[in-house]
Amino acid sequence: MSSSTSAAPGQPASHQEPTHTPTALVAFAWTLVGIPLVYGLVQTVRTASTLFTG
Amino acid sequence: MAVPSFLSRERIVARPGFNRWLIPPAALAVHLCIGQAYATSVYKTALVNHFETSLTAIGIIFSIAIVVLGLSAAAFGTWVDRNGPRAAMFTAACFWTSGFLVGALGIATNQLWLVYLGYGVLGGIGLGIGYISPVSTLIKWFPDRPGLATGMAIMGFGGGALIAAPLSRQLMNWYDPSYDGTAGTTPSGGAVAALFLTLGLGYLVFMMFGAFLVRVPADDWKPAGWDPSSVKQKSLVTTESVSARNSVKTPQFWLVWTVLFCNVTAGIGILEQAAPMIQDFFRENGTSTVAAAAAGGFVGLLSLFNMAGRFVWSSTSDYIGRKGIYMVYLGVGLLLYVALATIGSSAVWLFVILAAIIISFYGGGFATVPAYLRDLFGTYQVGAIHGRLLTAWSAAGIAGPLIINGVLDTQGTPGELVAANYRPALFIMVGLLAVGFVANLLIRPVAAKWHEPKATTPATARANPERSATR
Repeated sequence: MSSSTSAAPGQPASHQEPTHTPTALVAFAWTLVGIPLVYGLVQTVRTASTLFTG
Repeated sequence: MAVPSFLSRERIVARPGFNRWLIPPAALAVHLCIGQAYATSVYKTALVNHFETSLTAIGIIFSIAIVVLGLSAAAFGTWVDRNGPRAAMFTAACFWTSGFLVGALGIATNQLWLVYLGYGVLGGIGLGIGYISPVSTLIKWFPDRPGLATGMAIMGFGGGALIAAPLSRQLMNWYDPSYDGTAGTTPSGGAVAALFLTLGLGYLVFMMFGAFLVRVPADDWKPAGWDPSSVKQKSLVTTESVSARNSVKTPQFWLVWTVLFCNVTAGIGILEQAAPMIQDFFRENGTSTVAAAAAGGFVGLLSLFNMAGRFVWSSTSDYIGRKGIYMVYLGVGLLLYVALATIGSSAVWLFVILAAIIISFYGGGFATVPAYLRDLFGTYQVGAIHGRLLTAWSAAGIAGPLIINGVLDTQGTPGELVAANYRPALFIMVGLLAVGFVANLLIRPVAAKWHEPKATTPATARANPERSATR
């Protein structure tokens, strides 16, 4: 993971070089968890709609 | 118990400038997987047929998992706090996957005890460790919005069921084409075994993604522009630290335990019976006006509100306070239960609205409780304290179904019940919510004698988390 590297054991992280987290990595991580969640939501809304239509 | 160095907390301390918005997806990657525990009903009938046993014998699989969840969260909470979220998520992934693989073996070889051991015990340990693994990390990354942070993760647990239920139906259809997911068709045992194998391996990959993405903030890190002194201005929110060992000696811990137990028991009362309940409430001359398909839709709607409540209400608690939001869950929840018992059968739309709001409070109660613990006991060992608190969930998982099923058994035969038969059980839930409401009102700040000495730093605390003197 390029955005954050490990601290040596016992070394305070605040003494480390600053890092930058690429926005693309954040977007990728959210997309990866978002896709199955949206799939589940769509399927459940479809099921729930039978309460009003069926 | 030492962990390999690549899993250790020291290896995942984030550098300055790390984007904290990578942590919620890491947490969600775990909770979306373990939330499958709420989707076991999709293959329940298939297992009953495969093992030629009773519904109760299959229901025990889920009960074991929930009881072990609470026990393992309590037992491993301190270990999780000491070794950090990567070790915890990695371990949870291994147990959760092993549970599915052993369960698949049990189904394939027709040995139910292996399913109890696999999904129930091993899976339950994965559930317990996985559930608490990201919570304290999120609270430390979002000290300015702890309710939002824990709401995001624990919303994932509700979302996990939303994903697993349709996905399981689809996969079982692939493995057994004679099963099409509609009422009246049941997948074969082989299809369920293949489903377990697929889910186990898929969850392993997804949870490992979370484990290797997660980071912990440095001890001196705080969000840009956030003033820690603002925390002190809110009543009930401490800047002190209380150890997990000492927390269970405080009345506050047991009051919060009671609050969670009452809120969860009341919610399970509806969740457990959702589909038959809506049909029974609108039964005239022996026939329900609500079709089976519509009842299934009602269950889906409750799942949506369960998940949404976790995020919305927990985030709201950042503004109105934890005690205030629990007054809403328990006080307004109590009134809604009374309305459900008395006028709930007058219209379907009214019944649905009342039940949906009650279930959103049920989900909100789960998601807000870690932030409540952080307010009362500080961030020092909040994960371990949360783990101990989850025994309330285990207890409620037994009490809720016992109350609703026990009362309904005395009222008549399933399929012939009407709204009036539910009233005794619903009024028991009203009483429970009243107890929880009073318990919440009694919560005061933790006495200073339980606070850790100021010299205790997070680093030294992790080195010896149970070193706190017994007071």
